[in-house]
Parts: sequence; structure tokens; C-alpha cells
Amino acid sequence: MTNEVSPPVPLAAPKSAGRMARLSEFWFYFSVNKGAVIGFGVLVFLMLVAIFAPVLAPHAPYQQYREALLTPPSWQTGGNSMFLLGTDAVGRDLLSRLIYGARFSLFIGLIVVTISMVTGVILGVLAGYFRGWVDALIMRIMDIILAFPPLLLALVLVAILGPGLFNAMIAIALVLQPHFARLTRAAVMSEKNREYVVASKLAGAGHLRLMFKTILPNCLAPLIVQGTLSFSNAILEAAALGFLGMGAQPPTPEWGTMLAEAREFILRAWWVVTFPGLAILITVLAINLVGDGLRDALDPKLKRS
Amino acid sequence: MFRYIASRVLLLIPTFIGISFIAFIFIRLLPGDPVIALAGERGMTPERHQLLMEQFGFNRPIWEQYFSFVWNIFHGDFGTSIASKRAVLTDFLTLFPATLELSICAMLFATIIGIPAGIFAAVKRGSVFDQLSMGIALVGYSMPIFWWGILLIILFAGILHWTPVSGRMDLIYFFKPTTGFMLIDSLISGPKGAFKSAFSHLVLPTIVLGTIPLAVIARQTRSAMLEVLGEDYVRTARAKGLAPRRVIGVHALRNAMIPVITTIGLQMGLLMAGAILTETIFSWPGIGKWMIDAIAKRDYVVVQGGLMLVALIVMTVNLIVDLLYAVVNPRIRVK
Repeated sequence: MTNEVSPPVPLAAPKSAGRMARLSEFWFYFSVNKGAVIGFGVLVFLMLVAIFAPVLAPHAPYQQYREALLTPPSWQTGGNSMFLLGTDAVGRDLLSRLIYGARFSLFIGLIVVTISMVTGVILGVLAGYFRGWVDALIMRIMDIILAFPPLLLALVLVAILGPGLFNAMIAIALVLQPHFARLTRAAVMSEKNREYVVASKLAGAGHLRLMFKTILPNCLAPLIVQGTLSFSNAILEAAALGFLGMGAQPPTPEWGTMLAEAREFILRAWWVVTFPGLAILITVLAINLVGDGLRDALDPKLKRS
Repeated sequence: MFRYIASRVLLLIPTFIGISFIAFIFIRLLPGDPVIALAGERGMTPERHQLLMEQFGFNRPIWEQYFSFVWNIFHGDFGTSIASKRAVLTDFLTLFPATLELSICAMLFATIIGIPAGIFAAVKRGSVFDQLSMGIALVGYSMPIFWWGILLIILFAGILHWTPVSGRMDLIYFFKPTTGFMLIDSLISGPKGAFKSAFSHLVLPTIVLGTIPLAVIARQTRSAMLEVLGEDYVRTARAKGLAPRRVIGVHALRNAMIPVITTIGLQMGLLMAGAILTETIFSWPGIGKWMIDAIAKRDYVVVQGGLMLVALIVMTVNLIVDLLYAVVNPRIRVK
């Protein structure tokens, strides 16, 4: 307890200043990549849309306008200014459903990445730190998960657990998690024998402290990049499960599920198919742009050149 | 080299046990039991339930079931479909060529465009071509392919009428399948026009399935190429006065291709098994659609056997990739 007392006030100020400096250094490298900045802007916009969905959406997402089935977008002949992007087969406003859909996709991404990252990092740290049979056991299990195509494994898991958004998220998290475990293990192994770790060990730090306070913070860069990649992957996979009828169930305004419902109208009403897919593409693209920018900004190898 | 191969093959044993265990255990994890799940909402009499449990062997001790499952696999018996009453392996072998044909075409499409695009982008780093192609690659990489497939159907099948909407072949053509690859079969034994039909059915699924590998390969080729172009030996080759084409084509490309080949191999393994979405959209009669249908029909013996077969294929392809990698890159073998 004695060496855990909070530092005196004068020391705290330079520490936060250092953090600011690091943050601005990071932004300097991140903003070199124009695409990343655009992606970041789009992502912030989507988050705002998701948060303020009830304010922004012109209609309720489940409200059916029986007199306006499959109304084309407002700029087309036959369009109605009440429904900017048109309506679907049961007369629900497409724009409102897309706005609410942003909530689902971002929420799915966030939860899946959190679950898979936390479990993957813990397993990876354990494997890389202890090596030996712990390592062998954990890595063989990861190999087994990776031997199945991700979407197929997720599908089968959902078939066992029962279709639905929550089960789909668990299945996707399980499928994405080995990537974090492998990455963490490799990073921990390369850090483990560095001097600062040995010094900390000699100073009497226990296993837990060495693993999670000494080593892990120095392995974060690749994990953050993998995190963004998994974020976009999770959104894509969840949409794919929804499209195959194994994810979010109708009438949930999840983008993949909306596409599945729209499939039979593809040759009659292009808008019910085009817009949900476009929403998925834009979201995933924005996240991937941010991921590329993060990789450039956090990868010291690229920074030097 | 022999020791390397042996150690890689030995590593497969625990993976195989794990895979077979997962495929085995999952139908036993279903709420209730597989027979009740199969009956669904219709229900069944207790006598019939008892009979089916005995017939499928679900009432035996769990370890006994597992060992007979693995034993049967080694004898080529992956179970019998509850719905179609055919052997799972027979169905798999009938449908697999369709998936293989589609995967090979998609991979050819992706490599033939992706590698040159990646090389040009790296050599002309920062140019309009570089920015444009990498922009497109990122869009392709972010593409929800089920939506991409639908868009292509709307455009090329719905509006332009250039290609058919789904399937592998027009029904008016009938011929004996010899290889299982429609493109080859229709050429050697098909009637006039059959090859054209097979080809036009294949175009859209190929593009859809090949989109993400294309993006991955282009990006990977570019970054591998950039890395190699910064190496000392490339500078030496340039300083010697070699023609740029020779430096890029011989010195740089050879080393840059090593990670790219690995990527292609790993993508191939995933493609063969993961054509689920593409096959569903285009009603392509392959493994992916077969598995989806089995899941929907609750034919859990097929799901179990199919999962096992698919994992075995991915495992084998990954092994081959690893071994090829060791052949191209001797540094791996020594470790």
C-alpha cells in the first residue's frame, strides 16, 4: 500500500502535459493520412446519428404506413416527400430504419470487440508470459477455432444457441478472439526479456503486475489496430448473419436483416436493397480508414522512415 | 526439411482431435436432444423417439459415441443425412466440385488483377494510380459481399440481361458430368452453347467471391513490394546499373512474393469453405449452400459431418501453404 500513494500535486501536472504531448504527437502522425481523418469524421457522425436516433428519425422505425407500400425515394417519380429514401414492403420509412440501424451496428461492433479483445488479450498474455504447457494448450485451442471458416463457425454456434442478435454477438466474438490471443502472445514474448521487465521482476513485482501493468501497456499498438479491424469485421459478420436469417430477427432495423427482408424485391424496388447495404459499406469503410491511419501512426517502423 | 514436415504434421494431431471433438459435441449441446430438435414443432411419440435415439446411437455413453464417430471418420463414414438418407460424404463429394470451381475462378480473378495492381501501385508510390487503386482496394475490402452480389444481379441480370440470375447451367443443356467442373465438362462433352452458358453463370459469382481476396492481395502485394524496394540489396542492384525492370521484376518481386503467396494460400482455404454467402445469393449448388440448407433443415448429422470435412480441408490447405512457404523461404526450416 505504501508505495501506491498518489503522487504529490506538482508531479501530476507534467504527467498530464506529457499525455497531451503524446496525444498531439499521435494526432500529428494520424492526420498525415487524409483518408483516416475523413474516416474518423464519418465515424463520429455515425455515432452522433446512433445516439440521437430518436430525434433525427422522421418516423418511428416500426411504424407501418399501409397506404405507402414500397414508395420510391422522394426524388423519383411516384416518390413522396414524407419518405426521403422511400418505404419498404410493409410501408416503413427506410431512412428512419437506417438511422436506428446505426445503433445496432455500432453497438454490435463495440460489444464484440470488447468481449473478444478482453478474452483474447488475457489468454494471449497468459500464453506468452508462462509459455510451456499453458502456452501449448491455449494456442492449440486457438488453432482449432481458426481451422473453421469464421462465418461457418458463427453460423453453427448460432444454430446451437438459437438465432438472435445477442447470440450472434457471442458467436462472432468467439470467432474473432484468436486473432487477439495470437497477437498478444507474440508481443508479450518479444517484450518479456527486455531489461525493464527484468528490472521490475527484481524489484519484486508479482506475476499479475508483470503481466498486466509492466508488459501489456507496451504491447498495445498492434492490439489497437487489430481492434479496429475486428470492429469492422464484427459489423460485417453480424450483417451477414442477419442476412442469412440467423442474426437480429425481423422487424429489428438491423441493416443485414433489412437486406434479407428486401431480397425478394431486388428487381422491383432498388432502394430497399441499395440503401441498407450502402450504410454497411460506409460504416465499415470509415472504420477501416481509421484502422489504416492508426496503423501508420502507431507503427514505429513506418514512423522512422 | 523432413524434420520440419514431420513436426508440422504432428502438430495437426491435437488440432484434428479438437476439431472432431467440436464437430461431435455441438449436436449434443442442442437444447433437448438432436432427435427432438429434428422433430421440431411437430413432436413425436415416445416410442418413435426411443427408436430414433437407438438408431442414431444417441443413447450410448458419450465417450463411446465419440470414439465411434472418430473411428467412422477414419473409415470414410461421416454419417448419413437424416433428411436425404444419403451418406454425408457422397453428398459432399457431389457438391464439392462446384465450390472448388467457383473458388479457383475467384482466386484466379483476384491474383491476375491483384498482383499487377499491387506492384504498379508500389513502384509508382503516391501516383494517381496508386491512390486510386488502393482506394478501390479499401472499398473492396470493406464490401458486404452479399449486398455486392445483389447489386451485380440487379445491374447485369436485371437491367442489362447479360448474365443469368442464379444456378450453374441453363436447364436445356444436359450432359454427363466427368470432372464436376462445368467449364471443363461442357467443353469436352457438352452440346453447343453449353460452355457459354456455364461461363455466363460463373462470371458474377466469381467477381463477388473474388472481391475481398482481390483487395487483400493488392494491398499485401503493395506493402510487401514497398518493404523490399527499401532493402539494401535492391539499392545495390540499382547501383550496379541494372535496368529498373530487372531490379523490380527479378530482385524485388521474388522476395516480395513470399508473403503474398502465403496470403493467397490462406485465402484459398477460407474461400473453398466460406463461399456460404456467395452460394446463397446465386443459388450455387456447392458446399456453402448445402451447409446453410442443412442448418435450416436441422439436419444435424450433415452439419456435423460437413463441419468436419470443411475443417479438414482448411487444415490440409494450411499445411500445404506452410510447407510451400518453407520451400520458398529456407529461413523458416532452420528455426
